[in-house]
Amino acid sequence: MTTAIQINRIHKHFGALHALKGIDLSIEQGEFFALLGPNGAGKSTLINILAGLIKPSSGDISVLGFDVVEQYRQARQLLGIVPQELVFDPFFNVREMLRFQAGYFGRGPENDAWVDEILAGLGLADKANTNMRKLSGGMKRRALIAQALAHKPPVIVLDEPTAGVDVELRQTMWAFIKKLNREGHTIILTTHYLEEAETLCNRVGMMKQGELVALDSTANLLNKFSGKKLSLSLGEVSLPEAIRPMLRGQEKGVHTFALTDMAQIELVLSSLRTANIAVADMQLHEADLEDVFLSLVGKQ
Amino acid sequence: MPALNKLRDAFMSATTISPKYRGPWTLLKKEMLRFWRVGFQTVAAPVITALLYLLIFSHVLEGRVQVYQDVPYTVFLIPGLIMMSVLQNAFANSSSSLIQSKVMGNLIFVLLTPLTHLQFFCAFLCAAIIRGLVVGLCIYLVAVCFVDLPISHPWMIVAFALLGSALLGTFGIIAGIWADRFDQMAVFQNFIIMPLSFLSGVFYSIHSLPPFWQSVSHLNPFFYMIDGFRYGFFGQADISPWISLCIVTTAFLLLAWSTLKMLKSGYKLRA
Repeated sequence: MTTAIQINRIHKHFGALHALKGIDLSIEQGEFFALLGPNGAGKSTLINILAGLIKPSSGDISVLGFDVVEQYRQARQLLGIVPQELVFDPFFNVREMLRFQAGYFGRGPENDAWVDEILAGLGLADKANTNMRKLSGGMKRRALIAQALAHKPPVIVLDEPTAGVDVELRQTMWAFIKKLNREGHTIILTTHYLEEAETLCNRVGMMKQGELVALDSTANLLNKFSGKKLSLSLGEVSLPEAIRPMLRGQEKGVHTFALTDMAQIELVLSSLRTANIAVADMQLHEADLEDVFLSLVGKQ
Repeated sequence: MPALNKLRDAFMSATTISPKYRGPWTLLKKEMLRFWRVGFQTVAAPVITALLYLLIFSHVLEGRVQVYQDVPYTVFLIPGLIMMSVLQNAFANSSSSLIQSKVMGNLIFVLLTPLTHLQFFCAFLCAAIIRGLVVGLCIYLVAVCFVDLPISHPWMIVAFALLGSALLGTFGIIAGIWADRFDQMAVFQNFIIMPLSFLSGVFYSIHSLPPFWQSVSHLNPFFYMIDGFRYGFFGQADISPWISLCIVTTAFLLLAWSTLKMLKSGYKLRA
């Protein structure tokens, strides 16, 4: 089976800035893939190269076997991209925009049933004849997603799709996107909401300073960084030397320790007892994608 | 207006287009609907402006200026005003659509599609030509209600109107691609389009100018478009209409070639 996205040794230079440093990545058909990384990691540059908005300095990318530069017409036909910025055309209503977008890809009136399905699936049916200018921020975001889907592309890229979208709208949107994924659409997601990536995506790639620093299934990444976090409310205190290396964070008197096994709980508590430090509250958490993210790419 | 709306709906719902050409056809439809939606600004306003020019200049100069023999000044003025409006509006259509889409960011919806650079060019160009011709036709229809305007060579009128609007529509695409801000676009409007159209012989024959300024006028491409267009009405021109036709055609082909090169390279559109 042809891979949905094949990225080979992609480099991009913007003057002196080496924005992408030889990215290699394969995304299979039907995957729900998360591309994560702090601001400036190169995620959007990579997506823009995929979309044909930026030319790579070297390397190549193909969509279902079609090169995005040499065979851009076929590649773009297979790709639906939701841009990060909240952009819209103020002259038209939602349905007109979707019809135009489908029309650019050669789709005519036979596509109207699909447009209706997108509108219903994204909760936009009652806004179909509303001018884009009059939509709220969340609705505009959904209209953007609808535009990317208008020509029914098999590969869908969502670049920060839930920024500024409230919880209810977000759930409606994800339900529709998950349905598309179940039907066989490949989904590539970039997001700052790591819990979304953890819940939705089978595989995760993490970027840092133009390089792919991690690439594995979500489950494997969580296993690799398995362990628990112990949060103790201690107030402003000086910690004993023995447990300082385990400290992962401190905020408003709450100290968070990373544990590799449960026996370390006793070590932490006994050290605190010896130092006469009282524990006001205590919580134990499972590691999540955010811990993996912070371990690999550091705090933003 | 209901008849016009009916015509528009029939046009917009046309379903016989082959899927191969549906992309550029959709972009053309969108561009036309864009200017139609703000018809007061894009069609009615330039028609009124041209008619005001006609009213004021004819009132002040009628009977005092004789440009061509047997052609009253008001009648002489009309083809020039029509052509000036055709050119300015063809330029305004492509340039304003592109700069607005760039500034608002929605040009991305077109850039993400499989449209080729030639299809992109043709759609923007045709929309610009159509707006220019619609404005020109409206001015003509209003003017002939008051003035008896002869038509000597109709095909010359059609040829110059099409070529002129195509030339300025293409120039508008270049300006729209090049400009990043509205004030940069204003430079094109105020320092290139306006002076060239006002100094092209719309209001006078260049034979009434001193020799030096006559020579300068020959460097102005607008002069050839307006002089050739006027020839179609009166059968008289400042220079041979065939020379004008050659110059305008060559200018259009050169500009179209440059625009296609820009679009193919992704200049200012794709990083």
